[in-house]
Amino acid sequence: MSTHSTHRPSALRELIRRPYFWGVIAIALLLLINSIKDPGYLAVSYNSASGNLVGNLIDILRAAAPIAMISVGMCLVIATAGIDLSVGSVMAVAGAVAMEFLASAGGSPTAALGALGLALLLGAALGAVNAVLVSVVGLQPFISTLVLMLAGRGLAKVITGGQNTAASNDTFRWLANGYVFGIPVVFLLAVAIVILVGLLVRRSALGLMIEAIGMDPRAARLAGVNRRGLLFAVYIASGTLAAVAGVFASASVMTVDVSNTGYQLEMDAILAVVIGGTSLAGGKFNITGAAIGALLIATLDKTVVFLGISSSATPAFKAIVIIALCLLQSERIRAMFRARRSRPSDISSDTPKEAVAA
Amino acid sequence: MNTAITTPPAAPTASRVTRLREQLALRADSLPTLAALLIFALMLLYGEFSYGRIFQLSTLSNLLINNAHLVIIAVGLTFVIISGGIDLSVGAIIALSSVSGVMLANAGWNAGLVMLVMVLIGSGIGLASGILVQYFDVQPFIATLAMMFLGRGLASMLSTVPVRLDESSGILALGTKIKIIDGPKVNDLVITPGVLIAVAVVIIAFVILHRTRTGRTVYAIGGSEQSAALMGLSVARTKLFIYLASGTLAGIAAVVYTARLGSAQNITGIGWELDAIAAAVIGGTLLTGGFGYVLGSVVGALVLGLMNVLITRDGGIPPEATTIITGAILLVFVLLQRAVISRQRE
Repeated sequence: MSTHSTHRPSALRELIRRPYFWGVIAIALLLLINSIKDPGYLAVSYNSASGNLVGNLIDILRAAAPIAMISVGMCLVIATAGIDLSVGSVMAVAGAVAMEFLASAGGSPTAALGALGLALLLGAALGAVNAVLVSVVGLQPFISTLVLMLAGRGLAKVITGGQNTAASNDTFRWLANGYVFGIPVVFLLAVAIVILVGLLVRRSALGLMIEAIGMDPRAARLAGVNRRGLLFAVYIASGTLAAVAGVFASASVMTVDVSNTGYQLEMDAILAVVIGGTSLAGGKFNITGAAIGALLIATLDKTVVFLGISSSATPAFKAIVIIALCLLQSERIRAMFRARRSRPSDISSDTPKEAVAA
Repeated sequence: MNTAITTPPAAPTASRVTRLREQLALRADSLPTLAALLIFALMLLYGEFSYGRIFQLSTLSNLLINNAHLVIIAVGLTFVIISGGIDLSVGAIIALSSVSGVMLANAGWNAGLVMLVMVLIGSGIGLASGILVQYFDVQPFIATLAMMFLGRGLASMLSTVPVRLDESSGILALGTKIKIIDGPKVNDLVITPGVLIAVAVVIIAFVILHRTRTGRTVYAIGGSEQSAALMGLSVARTKLFIYLASGTLAGIAAVVYTARLGSAQNITGIGWELDAIAAAVIGGTLLTGGFGYVLGSVVGALVLGLMNVLITRDGGIPPEATTIITGAILLVFVLLQRAVISRQRE
């Protein structure tokens, strides 16, 4: 976070302190494991016929894109000490409405635009519902979004009449499967979203105000932060980004699977955010970290499949990872580490405690 | 508390007024439960008049038999929610427990042993959540959400297709229908041992929550955990007990459900956490903790069960909409609670 880190002699130590440093290490480790199994794993070849890059790495980038999109939204929500459990279901709803629209509107580019617009609008509306429940009604965030998480899938089923609607539209398919300069469009879009949102919140006071809400809502209010407006902004952003991710997830196969599109992806998003160094208690966030976390999760998914482990086992793995991360964030474990570190040198242990208390 | 200490010689009239106010407040607190009872009665009447055959012994016994598992997990969640926590893992526990139970039974294990293992799986996961929440300060919903994914993931690792229990398995004995009153034609009052288990769970939970020190500690933690600790109550032990109980009850619910259905699947119980939370909230348990009844949750579970019956009878509402309706009911009741609380504060 501090930009003057390079001036210090311990630039490397500063790098290690970065919350997402371990995420990068983990990605490298997973890729290493894969290339041990198959030395050609990392190879990216150039398909001269279509002008696209082909390879496992490109696949990972493509898979990481939707996770990165919802993680960015989740990151902002968690920073306000909230949570959005509904992202997976919003993805399903957005995919359902987009596919239903395309199935009746046909294959023209305008139809694709209409479907995208409709899906985004619906995502924003669902986000707004969450925002109303959290900021106006004052419900706990996880209850408000849990209702939508479970009811949202019902909504998706009602939209498609319980079926997995398929549609065909070339523009739509290109969005999810196409390439620009040999790189998947989805990934470029995800990167653009990460950079855009990152710049928006970090180059303005928006990010600070969001963190202020997460740290202490009362203090934030006394400081003149518009809590209600910001909560609306973050939940709507989360809903809209989930809708974008849902559109891409369904566009890549041009079918919406109402019970599986985005299923359990809220866990992926939470995991990505936590890996990126954002505390679940709220009050600070790291968008770059969340994006790297998303990349790690996509790598993990691909690795599990590549190593021949049943893909149904991945949720269990992720649950274990998130439990481990929660343990690492907890005060008790940190105190244990501190005690071990300070005992041999016997430096006064007051300073770290104060830092934590503050 | 301070005022009580500093003003011991309170005038008798004032104390009578405060007592009256307290009684009124108590009424206001139990308003949601009364509302739930009223709604249940109205739903029964509405069903009887629009579709008929509701006030029948067979319909009512089916309501009990088909919702025994929901009653059990709703009771477990009542404890958790009163303490100010949440348990999102109950549905996944049921999936893991019933899939592994059926597989063990089919592998030739003794039925009693299998049922014990099924309950213990629930206890284990519940205890893990409790340890995470109490000793590592993980937020309850994150800890139990992780357990939910862990349970579902493990269940999916075991099997992704429905597994059927052998016809001869002893577990099915819990699902056998026992006629209590032999009515005309099929109109009998029927219960299963599963229903009896649910009734026993309700009675035990009622006694623990409303008549023991542990129960009062649960309420105290929900009111304010810090105050409870300062009063010298055993907060840590009670919180562990709460999550352990919720997990164990989910394990028992898995036994009851498996015995009734005779099969299990990794997607069993998706969304049941919402049903159980809704049942507790409909029954008057405050989502913010500190207030609630065991019997209220039972009524809440029966309201949801009756709603399913009415939706099936109606036929015009798509079954996919059930979760939407449950969610809407939950929200309405939460709003009702907030309205009651804010009026009390005024």
